Amino acid sequence: MTTLAKHSRSASAASASPKPQGSHRRLGDLKIALLFIAPAMIGFVVFYVLPTVRGIYLSFTEYNILGDPEWVGMDNYVAIAADPLFWNSLAVTGQYVFLNILLQTALALGLALLMHNVAKSTIIRGTLLLPYLMSNVIAALLWFWMLDYQIGVVNQFIEWSGLPRVAFFGSEAWAIPTQALINTWRHMGYTALLIFAGLQAIPSHVYEVAKLDGASAFQTFRTITIPLLRPVLVLVLVVTVIGSFQVFDTVAVTTAGGPVNATRVIQYYIYQRAFTESDFGYGSAIAVILFLILALVAFIQMKFLKGNESDLD
Amino acid sequence: MSTTASRAPLPAATRRRRPFNARRAGAWALLILAIAVSVLPFLWVLRTALSTNNALASNATSLLPAEFTLGAFKRVFGLQSPAEAVAEGGSGAAIDFWLYLRNSIIFSSITTAGAVFFSAMAAYAFSRLRWKGRNAVFSLFLGTMLVPPIFTALPNFLLIKNLDLLNTMLGLVLPYVFMTPFAIFFLRQFFLNMSREVEEAAMLDGAKHLRIFFQIVLPNAAAPIATLALLTFIGQWNEYFWPLLVASQDDVRVLQVGLGVFKSQSPQGAPDWSGLMAATLISALPVLILFAAFGKKIVNSIGFSGIK
Repeated sequence: MTTLAKHSRSASAASASPKPQGSHRRLGDLKIALLFIAPAMIGFVVFYVLPTVRGIYLSFTEYNILGDPEWVGMDNYVAIAADPLFWNSLAVTGQYVFLNILLQTALALGLALLMHNVAKSTIIRGTLLLPYLMSNVIAALLWFWMLDYQIGVVNQFIEWSGLPRVAFFGSEAWAIPTQALINTWRHMGYTALLIFAGLQAIPSHVYEVAKLDGASAFQTFRTITIPLLRPVLVLVLVVTVIGSFQVFDTVAVTTAGGPVNATRVIQYYIYQRAFTESDFGYGSAIAVILFLILALVAFIQMKFLKGNESDLD
Repeated sequence: MSTTASRAPLPAATRRRRPFNARRAGAWALLILAIAVSVLPFLWVLRTALSTNNALASNATSLLPAEFTLGAFKRVFGLQSPAEAVAEGGSGAAIDFWLYLRNSIIFSSITTAGAVFFSAMAAYAFSRLRWKGRNAVFSLFLGTMLVPPIFTALPNFLLIKNLDLLNTMLGLVLPYVFMTPFAIFFLRQFFLNMSREVEEAAMLDGAKHLRIFFQIVLPNAAAPIATLALLTFIGQWNEYFWPLLVASQDDVRVLQVGLGVFKSQSPQGAPDWSGLMAATLISALPVLILFAAFGKKIVNSIGFSGIK
């Protein structure tokens, strides 16, 4: 979002620059501009705007794909409010989001500081980024194998160290933490690189002054690094939260919502209602709720953590 | 006295240096641990893919393949007879990753080419052309980044179904091929920072916008366009949800969906681990190759914008 702010500034700077041919060209550009944005505009209207409108409309209907959507007003929302599976999916997703924030942000911050202090090489950064470039499906299957109860290598190590084997995917208590661990594995390096970029942007003279004042490493970290890193940290938080709320792939491939309801996350529940049970109205209504939750989360994080203001300016 | 005096500063000096070195060593140890956690799973996948299922069960921790074989790869590419496959612990169900590989390459290439090119055109209009409402329209485009994909996926599925395009490559690529908001945002950023001089000189020579776009703007932005194409291709390669919805038949099914199907086919209790890991590796390979070739480009693009 900092880039956004910067870039609207440069946009206004560009429009203020003198133009040789004046208003004559201003008019001429509109036609050619329409030509240039035409293909993108088709994609924008047909696959973003109309589906958004249609999705909201469908959420007020009963629609099982065969007939026509039938207007039912708030019925879907009323039903959702009394649907224990919906509330369960919300709780399960919330747990997943919380674990991701905790694990991912903490580990990524630590990694970024390590990279910043001892190793800035591109090769190391690239290696840490590797899991992020893999698909969710690949990450899920890879860990599904390594964490297998019977012959997974992780459980072999656990047994060697004298602990009981863990049913990572099979137990209700472990299923969501396991999903969060897979996601953390995949995103840790990427998030660390975002924070690393933020650390690089802090001018070194700020640290030199702190050193002259005799600040300890921890004091410097708490009073300089963290506050100056705030826009990046907020951004990371927004990206993590919004991304984790939409968890689907790893769940669909490994546990498919189970055991019992332990991993029936919101998006998986929407998928089941809409595509397995052909209840598009109900599915759309949950999707609207998810949309609202995400918008609220982004709004709160930007507003109260002031992610779009930098202390460096 | 003199000996103690000369000895005294020594421990003090080492004490001052040692915590520093210990901290550096500790930092490196943690960093190496993080690298190991990121990379070792891939070696484990390779090791598993080269083993036989029966040997895996009895030899779960050897670093080298348990009973080296290429059987898993043959199985995944449909080169084993069902009997052979079952003998090696496969499900025996027909599976053809050549087909999925082909579909994934077509799907990712078409959507990347289309999205990058059309987004570049739009980015040009949003940066180098002057017209009323430009910034407002751009903000609308950007706003779509906030809409969760699941939300548009349901109506888009209905649209593709109504157009009778389910299980066609066209239906699969349509929602991606015209643009991605990120691509427009990314390229606009670069186009804004380009110098106007060459462009204006060309305009005085009577060059039209189409020529300026193709002969000046695109070549000058070759590097960011290549980076964007790389990121888009990897993103499309990894796409799962949309292909799962609209492409469930073999002739259009992509690798990620094929992987999920392969996993669900494997017999409960005794999954075909080596086959599954061979399939996983095949699905990862194109991205691994791109990463080996253009890793630096990818890494350096991360600092650019955290939007994606």
